[in-house]
Amino acid sequence: MQSLELRERLIKATLFAATMVSVVAALSIFALLLYFSLPLFSIEGLRTVISWEWRPFSGHFGIMPMMVGSLLLSTGALLIACPAGIGICAFISVLAPGRFARPVSAIVHYMTSIPTVIYGFVSIFLLVPLIRDWLDKGTGLSLLTATITLSLLILPTIVLVYSAYIREKDKELKLTGAALGFSKSQYFLFILFPLTKKGLIIASILGFGRAVGDTLISLMLAGNTPLVPQSIFDSIRTLTSHIALVIATDSQSTFYHSVFAAGLLLFILMTAINIIIRKIGNSSQ
Amino acid sequence: MRFFLEKFFTAFAWLATFTAMSAIFILIGFLALRGYSTINLELFFGQANWLKAITGAQPVFGGLWPAMAGTIALVLLSCSIAIPVGVAAGIYLSEYASPKIQSAAGFAVDLMAGIPSIVMGLFGFSIIILLKNTFLPQARTCLMLAAVCIALLVMPYLIRTTQNSLQSISEERRLLGISLGFSTWQNIRHILLPSSSKGILSGIILSIGRAAEDTAVILLTGVVSQAFVPRSLWDKFEAIPFRIYYLAAEHRSSAELEQAYGAALVLLIITGLLFILAFLFQKSIEKKWIIR
Repeated sequence: MQSLELRERLIKATLFAATMVSVVAALSIFALLLYFSLPLFSIEGLRTVISWEWRPFSGHFGIMPMMVGSLLLSTGALLIACPAGIGICAFISVLAPGRFARPVSAIVHYMTSIPTVIYGFVSIFLLVPLIRDWLDKGTGLSLLTATITLSLLILPTIVLVYSAYIREKDKELKLTGAALGFSKSQYFLFILFPLTKKGLIIASILGFGRAVGDTLISLMLAGNTPLVPQSIFDSIRTLTSHIALVIATDSQSTFYHSVFAAGLLLFILMTAINIIIRKIGNSSQ
Repeated sequence: MRFFLEKFFTAFAWLATFTAMSAIFILIGFLALRGYSTINLELFFGQANWLKAITGAQPVFGGLWPAMAGTIALVLLSCSIAIPVGVAAGIYLSEYASPKIQSAAGFAVDLMAGIPSIVMGLFGFSIIILLKNTFLPQARTCLMLAAVCIALLVMPYLIRTTQNSLQSISEERRLLGISLGFSTWQNIRHILLPSSSKGILSGIILSIGRAAEDTAVILLTGVVSQAFVPRSLWDKFEAIPFRIYYLAAEHRSSAELEQAYGAALVLLIITGLLFILAFLFQKSIEKKWIIR
């Protein structure tokens, strides 16, 4: 009996230790990023990073163009994926004739498992020539190319999260809609949609987070010029691909500080997104 | 006016669905048509004998085998770290944790889940800088480091799927073991885990796919474009997703481009098969963000 209790306690302690791995990892990621960007936390240091120029060999380490690049790209992808996601959710949950809803939903699930690098790869050989030759805009590696591809990448996130939310509401409201004699599209537009705004907001925030955090799409398709773009056909560089480019080209360690600043910025942004989603999620209960 | 809005919205919903579906079919069709002819033994092993290549008797030049071996090693290593720890943490969060710990540790797990993979790679890279500057000046990025970082990347997903599948077990099933006088662990081991094994397994399979496809983490933690099959945990390595990325930008000949198509199709097939496997284990794989 004694040994059984000891065993139980040992098991519980082991499982607890496993849980702590994530907590410790999250803390140490934050701590290391902070430690390596500490040299920047002075007026002089901040001035070098918060500037519009990235010319490392003449001492300009500004990451502002990359911040703008990340923001433009992610917002653009969201502006495409969000309405499309609403449409697809309406299709899956209400509008689709009997046999269509399930396969569409299965394909959206499947989209989550397509590797990012493959989205990038296929775009290079299909979308880039299209934009380069048909629209005759430079190399075809542009904000627009990356935005279109990235919107496809974040689409399943938005659809899955939002449609799960819709399904919950649909259970409660189905009868109401039927009783009012609404058509399918009326039911979605005037009952479901207004009552699932919160789900849409959560889905969009998660989709935005996924867009900001993605590296490969922008690295492969956006051209990586560290300048603020003048049009959607210009090349941009995001924070994520900036990190990849600077470290992969193995430049001097003085460049690294700005890279860690970019990493820290992304980490803080993701923390903020998490907190916001928690706040929204809790306010419902 | 309202009538117009309805018609317009219905048309829009059909169009959005149709466009997204076509995009995916074009993506798959394009890779299948373009890559299909490249898939043969030469794609993997170049001029080398495949049997000798797999046993390591003959080095492979110009084939995908080193990248394939690198990815397999990476997946095996990272999953052997992430699966035990992730599943254990999921069990703890679902069955033992007080609401307070559940919420606090849950926050850390969600935070980990949201960390972009490039930042995870940067974390690995910074560990190496730290080691270099302190007591291990010869430290360099390697297979082991990449595996640890990938493990951290997929772990939150494993934790959440385990926790969700356990928590979705009905109250009656839960009380079954307790009513027989089982201890907490006995109940978990003999009743709860078997009841939720399908959900947990599908989570495991999907994390294998995630570990195999990630490119941004390994970009900063030791992947290179030219290497042999990794001989030790402390070697640099090649990987399929990185090979695809590298060849897309840097192919110098049409043979290399053909290899890129082949590699992309191989990766798509692997992740597709894993997806189908996971789908068979659990018919609906939902990330239940909202329910909690």
